[in-house]
Amino acid sequence: MTRWQRRQFTDYVAKALGVVATAFGLFWLAWILWTTVSKGLPALKWGLVTQMTPPPGADGGLLNAFVGSAVMCGLAVLIGTPIGIGAGTYLSEYARHTKLGAAIRFINDILLSAPSIVIGLFVYELMVRPMGHFSAWAGAVALAFIVLPVVVRTTDEMLQLVPTTMREAALALGVPQWKIIRQVLYRAALSGIVTGILLALARISGETAPVLFTALNNQYLTSSLNEPTANVPVVIFQYALSPYEFWHALAWAGAFVVTMLVLVLGLTSRWLIARGKMTNE
Amino acid sequence: MSLSVLLKNASQGITLGCATLLMVSVGHAAEITGAGSTFVYPLLSKWSATYNEKTGNRVNYQSIGSGGGIAQIKAATVTFGASDMPLKPDELQAAGLVQFPVVIGGVVPVVNVEGIKPGELKFTGPILADIFLGTIAKWNDAAIAGINPGVKLPDQKITVVHRSDGSGTTFNWVNYLSKVSSDWKTKVGEGTSVSWPAGVGGKGNEGVAAYVNQIKGSIGYVELAYATANKMAYAAVKNKNNEFVQPAAKGFQAAAEQVNWTEQPDFYQIITDAPGAGSWPIAATVFVMMYKEPKDAQRSKDAIAFFKWALEEGQSDAQSLDYIPLPGTLVKQIEASWAKNIH
Amino acid sequence: MASPQALELSPVDLQGRRERRDRLLDTVFRYAVTVCAVFVLISLLGAAFSMLWGGRLAFSTFGWRFLWSPEWDAVQKNFGALVPIYGTLVTALIAMIIAVPVSFGIAFFLTEIAPPWMRAPVAAAVELLAGIPSIIYGMWGLFVFVPFMGEHVAPWLDEHVGPLPLIGPLFQGPPIGLGMLTAGIVLGIMVIPFISSVMREVFNTVPVHLKESAYAVGNTTWEVVWDIVLPYTRSAVIGGVFLGLGRALGETMAVTFVLGNAHQLSLSLLEPGNSIAATIANEFTEADSAIYLSSLIALGFLLFIVTFIVLAIARFMLSRLALRAGKIT
Repeated sequence: MTRWQRRQFTDYVAKALGVVATAFGLFWLAWILWTTVSKGLPALKWGLVTQMTPPPGADGGLLNAFVGSAVMCGLAVLIGTPIGIGAGTYLSEYARHTKLGAAIRFINDILLSAPSIVIGLFVYELMVRPMGHFSAWAGAVALAFIVLPVVVRTTDEMLQLVPTTMREAALALGVPQWKIIRQVLYRAALSGIVTGILLALARISGETAPVLFTALNNQYLTSSLNEPTANVPVVIFQYALSPYEFWHALAWAGAFVVTMLVLVLGLTSRWLIARGKMTNE
Repeated sequence: MSLSVLLKNASQGITLGCATLLMVSVGHAAEITGAGSTFVYPLLSKWSATYNEKTGNRVNYQSIGSGGGIAQIKAATVTFGASDMPLKPDELQAAGLVQFPVVIGGVVPVVNVEGIKPGELKFTGPILADIFLGTIAKWNDAAIAGINPGVKLPDQKITVVHRSDGSGTTFNWVNYLSKVSSDWKTKVGEGTSVSWPAGVGGKGNEGVAAYVNQIKGSIGYVELAYATANKMAYAAVKNKNNEFVQPAAKGFQAAAEQVNWTEQPDFYQIITDAPGAGSWPIAATVFVMMYKEPKDAQRSKDAIAFFKWALEEGQSDAQSLDYIPLPGTLVKQIEASWAKNIH
Repeated sequence: MASPQALELSPVDLQGRRERRDRLLDTVFRYAVTVCAVFVLISLLGAAFSMLWGGRLAFSTFGWRFLWSPEWDAVQKNFGALVPIYGTLVTALIAMIIAVPVSFGIAFFLTEIAPPWMRAPVAAAVELLAGIPSIIYGMWGLFVFVPFMGEHVAPWLDEHVGPLPLIGPLFQGPPIGLGMLTAGIVLGIMVIPFISSVMREVFNTVPVHLKESAYAVGNTTWEVVWDIVLPYTRSAVIGGVFLGLGRALGETMAVTFVLGNAHQLSLSLLEPGNSIAATIANEFTEADSAIYLSSLIALGFLLFIVTFIVLAIARFMLSRLALRAGKIT
């Protein structure tokens, strides 16, 4: 074998390994999705959204869990988004090159990857213990801490992408800065910011660890945000570890719904990004 | 587009949805939260469902383990805690709590060994202790084979499955092992969670049942309802009366009858290793703990009403899930203690 | 008809008033967004402080012993973090051994090998792995992957790799399927999308003229990637690996399902173990004494500090490439 042949051979092997690695990654995706679909789809039924989580031996659905999750995710987005957009605006418009800005950006990136169970612990100490009960509020706040860094990061990045010429043009017309930000920059970066919110929503809709010690769980629909509240991930967790076949089926159905929701949100945000890029170019 | 419009767009759907659903679900029924023992979870959630149908009141019971029940009632995050381990009277006094039994059940050993059917295998207390200590490591060990003539035992490693969480089921299980094995008593001891010498940990009775089902050659301990619901291979155990007893309601009842409940304050009794013919050796009582001076008197009243209903009218639910309802005289004593202690 | 009085404000007055209002609103807006930004800072510090505060009882009772004591005994009220720390590190290490080469392969495939039409969909599919909630990984792990490991992989390893010298003891054990190896593999799958997407992004930042020059002198694709792209992006690649490591260390639910939750130290990867996050998830609501609860929160604090350091390294390494490329990643 000549030296050149050996180099070609190495190249060939490396490329083959690259293909194998990619196939390896996609293989797990396919396997996990297939499991979720094949076990979740048969368990789907209308009762899933009309009935409460059942006691053992009875029939039931996940209505309370879906409602609880929707309420808590909605609240989390409502709490996390304004603060996140505010902080992102600060980073992009007021502190793009300052030390404080760099520090906050760094801290935000850490928060973005911080273990979610730690956030659960934090909110337990912050809210559950002082208030004396588990509640939807505590769950929502814990989830908001996950929404926050995602929105901060996307807002910051999207605003930075808005061409400086737009700011300058508006400034030249004598428009005050707060108006420029609200009426020019937010409009230009809108789809990017919405993408960030969708991504955050996708992330929290399947989060279990932060709600485990904050919202706990509930067999019923509750009328108050101060009560322990059912939510899909914790119900999946409990039912998956139960000995009852029927509960397993419900857990798989819940898993299927959550996975599909997350995938749809993920694909939508991807589509928004792609569309945004096209219009920018 | 302004910030507020942006936000509205992003969350309109969700908020609208929440608002409607919340309004629909608003009622004036009582809501009570309890947490604790996974041992009693099947029964409490059934009671809760039946009670909800009858009265519209909602009792939300979360099975987080007896240790958790004790911890959360002490932290006052729930209206009642449930535990299969009674708290000592002085500990109750210090925390301002009262406790009362609600139901009796039994902890049973379950195995997953190829070819072994429910009720086929027999154990003695010391053998169980040795298995859980790890000193008996194979299924075909002479000690097991000796009391199980005719049962084909494989040359397979025993995987012990225990609880990973603080548990009253564990408490009764290790309390029994401590009573019958001095080795266990000195090396491990008793509590709602102990330092296990061997094995894997499952979360809750559910988790142990699930792991035993998954792992070949495993042995674990669960409340009887979990074993029967899951068609698991439970085993007979030799009692103090030197007879092998199959785990069933009859054996739990026999054990419970050996106890004089008013002997100790706060119904403090542990009924493992009970004497008498036909007694199941690992019977367990579920206790509920509540505050003497609750922060929220209304909820506390609602909870008492629920337990009054459960003790007086919930027997059939209990029996259908293999629990033993308390005898009428004891129920009267419990109701008297509520009137005296809970304000 | 409107009274003429109302229209008598001079244009100058009007403009002055508007300017004052705008200036005020500018200040208010600026303060509002600054408060939001500082809130981000405070929330992280608050989380760290609240856990240090919650864990103070454990730290003051056990001192440094907490870090290396293998005891976790709720009866004797004696707690040490060695077993969970060991389990966390070992599973994360296994995850890295799997995820780093695979991620590199995927990034290599997506930037150099795949035909352009294939790149975006495949990249999107790999990143979908990151979107799947960890509880789904946990369920899949427990019901599908654990039986698979228990029936096929673990017995094979026990029989064929177990007797080998040196690495043998790592692979001896009961074929229960649960355990550190299983948890490590699941974690590996979970962090692949994070590492591979960072690698892919940074590989794309390598100036084309560098690569083209290398090709022009006759390098193969592999040589370009290994000798040009990788050295150029080295710090960011390390940053990506640390980012994945941070994820693996803190992952909770998936690990809780498949790790076995046993507080024991064992050399064998087929034996069950415990991790910091899984211990907290399992035992937190159940802790029945103040010292128990405090020990769990102290564990949370340790996890927080470790992930903080790992993620800080990741950010630092990533920013070094960003500085060079003049682009923030």
